[in-house]
Amino acid sequence: MSALDTAAAILILVGVSLNVIATIGIHRFPDVFARMHAAAKPATLGLALALVGTAIVLGEPDDVVKLTLVIGFQFLTAPIAAHMIGRAAYRAGTDLSPETTIDELARALDPTIARSAENE
Amino acid sequence: MIAVTSIALGAVVLASFLALARLFRRGSLADRVVALDTLLTVVVVGIAVYSARIGSGVYLDVLFITSLVAFVGTVTIARYIERRGT
Repeated sequence: MSALDTAAAILILVGVSLNVIATIGIHRFPDVFARMHAAAKPATLGLALALVGTAIVLGEPDDVVKLTLVIGFQFLTAPIAAHMIGRAAYRAGTDLSPETTIDELARALDPTIARSAENE
Repeated sequence: MIAVTSIALGAVVLASFLALARLFRRGSLADRVVALDTLLTVVVVGIAVYSARIGSGVYLDVLFITSLVAFVGTVTIARYIERRGT
């Protein structure tokens, strides 16, 4: 294996491991908002690393351009998707985890109503 | 590269099953959307790793479609949750 192949192998393995960690995170975190955090960030970084590894392995300019476009698209859309789910879930009244200590959005939206997590 | 991609594909399968388990577990609709988004990200990684394994770029166009469907689906269901509640 050349040095490039070794680098590609490490990138692919780290990227896939980050995806496994992300899917473990969506099981173990306590509420939708924490799970969304686990799903958005490590999964996107893992995808970027694995795709860079694939680009090194393939090496054809066409393939590298396609993989770069997919990485760019994912980096653009993952935060938008996570933000929209978070906003929708909050507005729909999804319960916050009991471990939540501060909910600044509730106060910003309506100063008279405190959500349950703030009182505990 | 075959050995490395075998390990990586095994990990992809594990991650897919974990995301599917989250999808079918009891939870709110938002939980399931998050699980579905993660599952499709894992699928994209799996296709990329398989392309590296066979050393050919013929499947790379599928990556565009998969990530596009993931984004549009997530946004659509997010709008639906916002209108319907929970």
